[in-house]
Amino acid sequence: MSQSYDRGLIEDFGRWQEFSAGMWAWIFHKFTGWVLIGYLFTHIAVLSTATVDGATYTQTLQGLESLLLVRFLEVGLLAVAAFHILNGIRLLFVDLGVGLEAQDKAFYAALITTAAITVASIPTFLMGAF
Amino acid sequence: MAEHYSSFEPKGTRWLLQRLTAAFLVVVLAYHFMLLHFINHAADITFAGTQVRMSQLGYFLTMVLFLIAGTFHGVNGVYNALVNQGLDGTQKTVVKWLLIVAGTLLIVQGIRVAVAMTGLF
Repeated sequence: MSQSYDRGLIEDFGRWQEFSAGMWAWIFHKFTGWVLIGYLFTHIAVLSTATVDGATYTQTLQGLESLLLVRFLEVGLLAVAAFHILNGIRLLFVDLGVGLEAQDKAFYAALITTAAITVASIPTFLMGAF
Repeated sequence: MAEHYSSFEPKGTRWLLQRLTAAFLVVVLAYHFMLLHFINHAADITFAGTQVRMSQLGYFLTMVLFLIAGTFHGVNGVYNALVNQGLDGTQKTVVKWLLIVAGTLLIVQGIRVAVAMTGLF
C-alpha cells in the first residue's frame, strides 16, 4: 500500500524550477486555502452589517460593489475558489485511490478549467462597473 | 512512484471530517457562487432579497451548515498546514486553542448574522 515518497524540501522555494506538478499542486492548494479562510472571516465581517439594519447592509454591499477594485478582487476570489474546488476533487480521488496514474494530468486539467471559468466570468463580474 | 501515494494517512476523526466537509463544500461553494454572482448579481443584492432567501428554512439551514463546514475545513486546514511546517510543543497548543476560539467566534457571529438576515428577530 502506501510508502514514503521523498519530495525534497518543498519549503525551499529557491529550487522552484525543479518542482514537479504534484509540488505545484500542493503549493497552490495551500495558497488558495489560506486565501479562502482569510476571505471567510472578512465575508462574515462585511455581512455583519445585517445585524445593524437592512439599509446599512444594502448600502455597504452596494458601496463595495461600486468599487472597480472589488470587482477585480471578486474575479480573483472566483479563480482561487475554482482551483481549490477542482484540485480538492482531485485530492478526494487520490484519497480514494482512484486515477492515481493520472494525478499530474488531473492537476493540469484543474488549472486549465480554472483559467477557462475565470476568463468566462469576467464579463459577469465587471457588468455595470464602468 | 508508490502504488498509492497521499500526503495524508487516515488518522481518525479530524482526517475524516476534513474530507467529508470537502465533499460538502465542493457542492455548496459552487452553488453559493452561482446563486450570488451569476443568477443574482452581487451588485444588485439588497437586504430585502437576502431576507427572502434566508427566510426559507432549507436555505437557512444549508447556509448555517455551509458556515460550520467551511470554518471547520479552513481552520483545521490552517492547523494542519502549520503542523506540516514544523509547529510543535507549546506553540502548537497555543495555536490550536487560538484557532478553536477564532473558529467558534466566527460560527457564533455567522449564526447571529444569518438570524438577522431572516428579519424575524
